[in-house]
Amino acid sequence: MEAPIRAREALGFILFSLLFSICRSSSLNHLLISNAERRIDLSSHIVKVYLTLKVENAGSTPTSEVFLSFPPTQVDHLATVEALVTKGKRKKTTLVRLDVKPTELPDAPNDAKYFAIYLENPLKSGESTTLEVLYLLTHSQEPFPAEIAQSESQLVYYRDSALILSPYHIKQQTTFIKTPSTKVESFTRVEPSNRAGTEIKYGPYEDHPPYSFSPILIHFENNSPFAVVEELVREVEISHWGNLQVTEQYTLVHAGARHKGVFSRVDFQSRPTLNGASSLRYLLARLPPRVHSVYYRDEIGNISSSHLRTDSRKSELEIEPRYPLFGGWKATFVIGYGLPLQDFLFETSDDRRYLNFTFGCPLLETVVDKLTIKVVLPEGSKDPSAVVPFPVEQHLETKYSYLDVVGRTVVVMEKKNLVPTHNSHFQVYYTFKPIFMLAEPLMLASAFFLFFVACVAYLHIDLSIRK
Amino acid sequence: MATMPASASDLLKSFKLKTKQQELLIRVSILCLVYILAFITRLFSVLRYESMIHEFDPYFNYRTTLYLTENGFYDFWNWFDYESWYPLGRIVGGTLYPGLMVTAVLIYRILRFLRFAVHIREVCVLTAPFFASNTTLVAYFFGKEIWDSGAGLVAAILIAVCPGYISRSVAGSYDNEGVAIFALLFTFYVFVKAVNTGSLAWSLASAFGYFYMVSAWGGYVFIINLIPLYVLVLLITGRYSMRLYVAYNCMYILGMLLAMQIRFVGFQHVQSGEHMAAMGVFFLMQVFYFLDWVKHMLSDTKLFQAFLRITVTSAVAVGGIALGLGMVSGYISPWTGRFYSLLDPTYAKDHIPIIASVSEHQPTAWSSFMFDFHILLFLFPAGLYFCFKRLSDATIFIVMYGLTSMYFAGVMVRLILVATPAVCLISAIAVSTTVKNLTVLLRSKNKVVQTGSTKGSGGSKSSSKALLDQSQPFQKNGAIALLFGAFYLLSRYATHCTWVTSEAYSSPSIVLAARGAHGNRVIFDDYREAYFWLRQNTPQDAKVMSWWDYGYQITAMGNRTVIVDNNTWNNTHIATVGRAMSSYEDEAIEIIRSLDVDYVLVVFGGVTGYSSDDINKFLWMVRIGGGVFPVIKEPDYLVNGEYRVDKGAAPKMLNCLMYKLCYYRFGEMMTEYGKPPGYDRARGVEIGNKDVKLEHLEEAFTTSNWIVRIYRVKPANNRWWLNRYKFG
Repeated sequence: MEAPIRAREALGFILFSLLFSICRSSSLNHLLISNAERRIDLSSHIVKVYLTLKVENAGSTPTSEVFLSFPPTQVDHLATVEALVTKGKRKKTTLVRLDVKPTELPDAPNDAKYFAIYLENPLKSGESTTLEVLYLLTHSQEPFPAEIAQSESQLVYYRDSALILSPYHIKQQTTFIKTPSTKVESFTRVEPSNRAGTEIKYGPYEDHPPYSFSPILIHFENNSPFAVVEELVREVEISHWGNLQVTEQYTLVHAGARHKGVFSRVDFQSRPTLNGASSLRYLLARLPPRVHSVYYRDEIGNISSSHLRTDSRKSELEIEPRYPLFGGWKATFVIGYGLPLQDFLFETSDDRRYLNFTFGCPLLETVVDKLTIKVVLPEGSKDPSAVVPFPVEQHLETKYSYLDVVGRTVVVMEKKNLVPTHNSHFQVYYTFKPIFMLAEPLMLASAFFLFFVACVAYLHIDLSIRK
Repeated sequence: MATMPASASDLLKSFKLKTKQQELLIRVSILCLVYILAFITRLFSVLRYESMIHEFDPYFNYRTTLYLTENGFYDFWNWFDYESWYPLGRIVGGTLYPGLMVTAVLIYRILRFLRFAVHIREVCVLTAPFFASNTTLVAYFFGKEIWDSGAGLVAAILIAVCPGYISRSVAGSYDNEGVAIFALLFTFYVFVKAVNTGSLAWSLASAFGYFYMVSAWGGYVFIINLIPLYVLVLLITGRYSMRLYVAYNCMYILGMLLAMQIRFVGFQHVQSGEHMAAMGVFFLMQVFYFLDWVKHMLSDTKLFQAFLRITVTSAVAVGGIALGLGMVSGYISPWTGRFYSLLDPTYAKDHIPIIASVSEHQPTAWSSFMFDFHILLFLFPAGLYFCFKRLSDATIFIVMYGLTSMYFAGVMVRLILVATPAVCLISAIAVSTTVKNLTVLLRSKNKVVQTGSTKGSGGSKSSSKALLDQSQPFQKNGAIALLFGAFYLLSRYATHCTWVTSEAYSSPSIVLAARGAHGNRVIFDDYREAYFWLRQNTPQDAKVMSWWDYGYQITAMGNRTVIVDNNTWNNTHIATVGRAMSSYEDEAIEIIRSLDVDYVLVVFGGVTGYSSDDINKFLWMVRIGGGVFPVIKEPDYLVNGEYRVDKGAAPKMLNCLMYKLCYYRFGEMMTEYGKPPGYDRARGVEIGNKDVKLEHLEEAFTTSNWIVRIYRVKPANNRWWLNRYKFG
């Protein structure tokens, strides 16, 4: 019932976009893509798409912008878009990262959204270049059936188009889709298309006009746990006495097919491969090296099931939630650790200090819906400013910790929809006079001094009324 | 240059302390050390496990403290808790002793004000050790008041590590007793001080101490009965004085008025039978005063005798009639069951199974006296002897406190706690006096005659004593031996206390630790696993039915509504749960549905060998259920008076809900190598019913070591849509 409607819709969409593209302004159509290859990796719940585009300038004027377009449903789930260009001839090739920014085009069909890739050198008429584009999609695999029992495996839908949605004419294109296992229930056929092992191939398709679209639906087994951190608050507290204290509060949820019916411990323990195949049993967090005093706890106390492995280059913390997470189950917990300050805090030439720390979530293969990073600067620091490689929301707060009088400045950064590729470094610059370090010890010392003076005074003064 | 050494030695001399100052310095430093010792010896559990709240009741206290910090005092006072005793609810503000929570929040606020960014949990965990430290100070002053400062110091040291007290005041044991023992001892100390001095200020202080005690613990009834008893004894022994009159009247009247401010206590001081002794003694005191005055006015003894007779008979008659009328009209409530069970240890067993079912309400075994008091048990009679030798108002008090509390300690295990301060004080008198006497003998050296004369109270006695001293040749060696013996005993006591604290009293009982096959420590964290699962993965308004032991923990850690909890105020409600657990499933489901229960939680130790699980508690459920609903009969669950779960068990036992929930699918489980599947390690038998089928309930969650099992109540067949609505 659903498929014919979809097909009709798609047909309508293609016709519509064809029509549209004919009467489009000529600002875009001087570029064309001579060859496009797309590889979609569905092996985890984060969809990774590698796009190789050979762009040719068929027009007369040089251009330095190449546009990518996405359907509006995909844009909401789009976590990151990166573009690279290969440089150099033959063996001596290097990859250069290009700027990618979301843009608006005045006459986008069906609310298509655009990203512009800015080339380093304008593409002259008749020239061509090869772009490597990587983008990640989150929450794009829909579990179907939406509820499964403990012994069933998790099946999901993935929706996309067999043809690459592009504002340019594509001469030749192929799409490869990699599924996590050979178990594929069904997939939409758009000839020529075939499946071999864990790979589904669509294409090659020749000569498709701009905005061609052909919806496909793949129904396949994906038993990787859908670990989604709904909210993560990371607090990084700088102490100039040599410690960097990190506290991370997680709200973790298994976003896969919801668990239905009984949870049987007997089955779960005795047949772990058949039962709860998609359940989330443990998580791996990659922490910086030289981490110390690691703790893992929640609102009601310490969670004893965690292991820390450290070597000189990295530390790995393996954590198990209190209970295995089935679809729809939640767990909240806190991870905290200390780090040596000299690894992360540096001084600039103009006597400012800056913290260089990783953005993003240290857990592997997880999606973070909302991340808040709070950098707590030491008391008395001034002029904070943050440098982050991607757009974030920022504001300042004040926090009171041990023996604080005026409070500490907190730089708060918020970002939505994060994937592990966001684990790049950010910097927070501030000025701080080392004399402020002595304020708290001096306060304590003077408090004790006053106390002893009071004791001495009390022992030497006779307060009685009668003599 | 030459003058320098001289000036330096002058300076040194000026720093040199006088003997009295030295003594003060030593005393203060010993007290400081004891203060610290009392605190750190209670931190075993924090070091072994973590900074967490222990056991059952402390979780309720913690939850209410959290509520108090978040919502303020007025909301706390008027708090109606929907999360417990569903569907009845509980008026929390009016049914608890708020002293503990208010104290913790006060400490928390002060620390916050001083910019110590502590969490309320840490404050709660450390409240009991902090108050234990304060108790040592009070013990010192108390000892000083009844004997001398030496006895005070010894008392402080003894009480700092006494296991009887540590059992209720380790870090994390956030319970009323933690602060109440401090309040109890403080009230007694200040009252004795007031009796000794006759000062209004001290009796006022004792009234406030009493108020704090009332706000903190139900054990205040002990104070309000012991003090009148003490006053009565003083009256009978002819020790009536103006000092006593001032101290008692001020303390009673003000203490009573202040105590009425606590909602849970209310007007009990004038309405309850347990408090009537204090009132009677109060009136008796007035009669005494009046008679004293009349005696002073009347010179004629014969006339006074006649007057005395008339007054006493009429006073007793009026008092008796008033009490009788009050009882009959119901204005004065009769004694409660708990009070009866104190006077008659067998009462609870016959009449109130819910009191008898609690392990800490059992009569005390000799071994636990030995365990909790160690050498104090032998020093106690010795101390009593010294007290009787030097009888005064203060020693009479401590003797009475010691004897009565010892009796109560024998009736109920948990009341060892109340006896501990008295035992420590009286033993301290024994230790201090003995050691003092021995050291005096040792220090006398050759000046035996002189020492004898200075020490002996009477001049005539001194010479004879000196002669006696000379007549014993090995006296000095004997004294040295005895002194060493005493120190050996005391050091054994310290070792024992530390061992007991570390081994027996520092387990949080939420987290269970065991030794693994390779000698490593294995942690069973199943309780928190289950509670946290409930908290995260069940609907917000889900109702959980379990035996009442786990009620407080489920509401505090699981944040879900429970049917019954540890505040066992409604026996019928508990009996209903007991009945559901001991019925067949299809009968039980009716009760479960009528209580609107969504989840049923049971605790099961068959996999791990954890013995305090629901199967072992089950007979109490049957008894309590049967006490209200006679359909439940205990013999149905027994075979020849024996409680078993294997093949020979009673058929009703093998098919009741509790059995089914505990052993559901346990028959497939291999627990121990070389044993058949379904081998119950807690009871050491193979279970009798391996084919357990559930019809109306389904397994929702079982923890990794099977200690907690949670079942979901399936909706009735014609209400399948409810399932969607609730869980979908």
